[in-house]
Amino acid sequence: MVVKVISSAEAIAEAAKRARPDVIPVYPITPQTKISEKLADYVADGELDAHYIKVESEHSAMSAAIGASGAGVRVFTATSSQGLAYMHEPVFAAAGMRVPIVMADANRALSSPINIWNDQQDSLAERDAGWIQIYAETGQEAFDTTIQAFKIAENKNVLLPVMVCVDGFILTHTVDPVELIDQEDIDEFLPPYEPEHSYLDPEDPMSLGTLADPDHYMEIRHDIEVALENAKDVITEVGQEFGEKFGRSYGLVEEYKTEDAEIILMAMGSICDTIKDVIDQQREAGVKVGLLRVRVYRPFPKEAIKAAVGDATLAVLDKDISFSAGGALYLDTKSAVDNPTYNYIVGLGGRDITPSHIEEIIEKTKNPEKDVEWIGLKE
Amino acid sequence: MIDIDPKEYLAPGHRACAGCGATIAVRLALKALGPNTVAVSATGCLEVVTSPYPETSWEIPWIHVAFENASAVASGVEEALKAKGKTDTNIIVIGGDGGTTDIGIQSLSGAMERGQNIIYMCYDNEAYMNTGIQRSSSTPFGASTTTSPAGKNSFGENRFKKDMATIMAGHGIPYVATACVSEPQDLMNKVKKAAEAKGPAYIHVLQPCATGWGYDPSKTIKLGKLAVDSKAWVLYEIDNGRINVTKKITNPVPVKDYLSMQKRFKHLTEDKIEIIQKHAEEKYNQLIALSE
Repeated sequence: MVVKVISSAEAIAEAAKRARPDVIPVYPITPQTKISEKLADYVADGELDAHYIKVESEHSAMSAAIGASGAGVRVFTATSSQGLAYMHEPVFAAAGMRVPIVMADANRALSSPINIWNDQQDSLAERDAGWIQIYAETGQEAFDTTIQAFKIAENKNVLLPVMVCVDGFILTHTVDPVELIDQEDIDEFLPPYEPEHSYLDPEDPMSLGTLADPDHYMEIRHDIEVALENAKDVITEVGQEFGEKFGRSYGLVEEYKTEDAEIILMAMGSICDTIKDVIDQQREAGVKVGLLRVRVYRPFPKEAIKAAVGDATLAVLDKDISFSAGGALYLDTKSAVDNPTYNYIVGLGGRDITPSHIEEIIEKTKNPEKDVEWIGLKE
Repeated sequence: MIDIDPKEYLAPGHRACAGCGATIAVRLALKALGPNTVAVSATGCLEVVTSPYPETSWEIPWIHVAFENASAVASGVEEALKAKGKTDTNIIVIGGDGGTTDIGIQSLSGAMERGQNIIYMCYDNEAYMNTGIQRSSSTPFGASTTTSPAGKNSFGENRFKKDMATIMAGHGIPYVATACVSEPQDLMNKVKKAAEAKGPAYIHVLQPCATGWGYDPSKTIKLGKLAVDSKAWVLYEIDNGRINVTKKITNPVPVKDYLSMQKRFKHLTEDKIEIIQKHAEEKYNQLIALSE
């Protein structure tokens, strides 16, 4: 085991390499490119025995990923923002066809205006696709989650694609010490993918991606709902097993000083690191505030959120907006709990979120005036 | 005569219209390829009529994802099979003219440029038949479709159809061919050549469509023969850059004979028929001149 000071992009590439994918169809887009470039290096240097397909678009990246996974091999890809939006159609198809693809998304704002910086609008716009979505807080978690993602996706009670979401630039382009687990330990944790229901073998022909009429469509879609519900236990078990083996456990949510909290902030991704610092300071000043980090956004961890929030007032931070309604995490949280819940739209298009913004949010939540408020807007 | 595999790889009982040319093309192509074949379909007539869950007409492995991405799906299939050590399996991609010449041309171009070892077969019925006869870039000059209707100020489609074979040849791939369902041996020979090619191959098959063209379903093969014999559709191949007209027409029939059997051309005036006649001859002569 080695510790390297690397970006999350490289951490994800290191993890993907150790997962031994057979096929990697990928198309460049900022700020994902560091992941695909690293994987190209590994293949070029003979460190990774994978078929790297230099597709002509993200739509084709996801389509080739479905073709390869449908043919019964392990597949990894990565994208961001416009690329994810462009592959929207096959992203939905991947879940419907139950192919256990793992894809990293370097979270980035969506056009227009075009903007290469971070928010989470891109992946949250895909929330209805049927994919599992996991948001990493750190480079280490990005590495660990990428490994776990394959094990979750390929579980026979799940068989759904997994999106590993990392904040663009904030994580993908900043370096941190990341413990890289040895290949043999990964091999033990993540055995080769043995497809039971999806392969293209002339000896045993099957048809994949058929037409389903109104007599069948709903049942097939309902199966996705059931699989996503199953995924809650699987994600938790895989996160625990990972912890037992490697010392870092993961669940659906992370509770930080929530037990006696009167105000609980909720957020996803790298911002949670900043929030924890602010909470520590506020706690010293006697403010009963905590953080509920939603690590797994799909399946939506309703039960875990309910169990964690008690009767606290909730301040939900969203780096995304469903215009005129509110942020995605806020809207889902409102549907899950009866607590007083307020929404703060932050950090769109890479707008800096400072500790003083977090303090402002805590103050506003003490005397709320609006359900949904944009923080950090210029006068 | 070549030996024709008696086994059917596209089972009967599918939902295609009577006289469907697309299913004839696929049936023949699969007989030429045999059982060690994986098929990838674009969304379209063929996918709809052959895969009504929980049934399937495909006796070989088959995958469909969407309309415009069949070549990309096939690329993934090919690389996956290679990763498993299966390098001898044929991969045939089958798309209609909409899925090939319009919405699918990007992923097709990508797969050809990358040198994916796949056979792409376009079944060209010259319009979006699955959605109700809308014009595609493969719709011929003068054809009335639901989006290029003939009317007081319109004689139907005002552009000649896109020359896909030339576009594909521009990718420098080892094998490109045109074919027609009315020439089964020629079609199957070309599919076999495509399978033997080291790299991508593209076959553009004209297939009369009774529903979309407006003719008696028993006349599909007759229409195909008229298309070829009138030079409206030229059968040729581009084998490693060498052009070869595979059916030379010594006693051509007038294109009018071909057009007049179809409802989609019934509005055409003599001057427009003359334009089509001239265009057909020019195209044929051009290919003959290039043919060695």
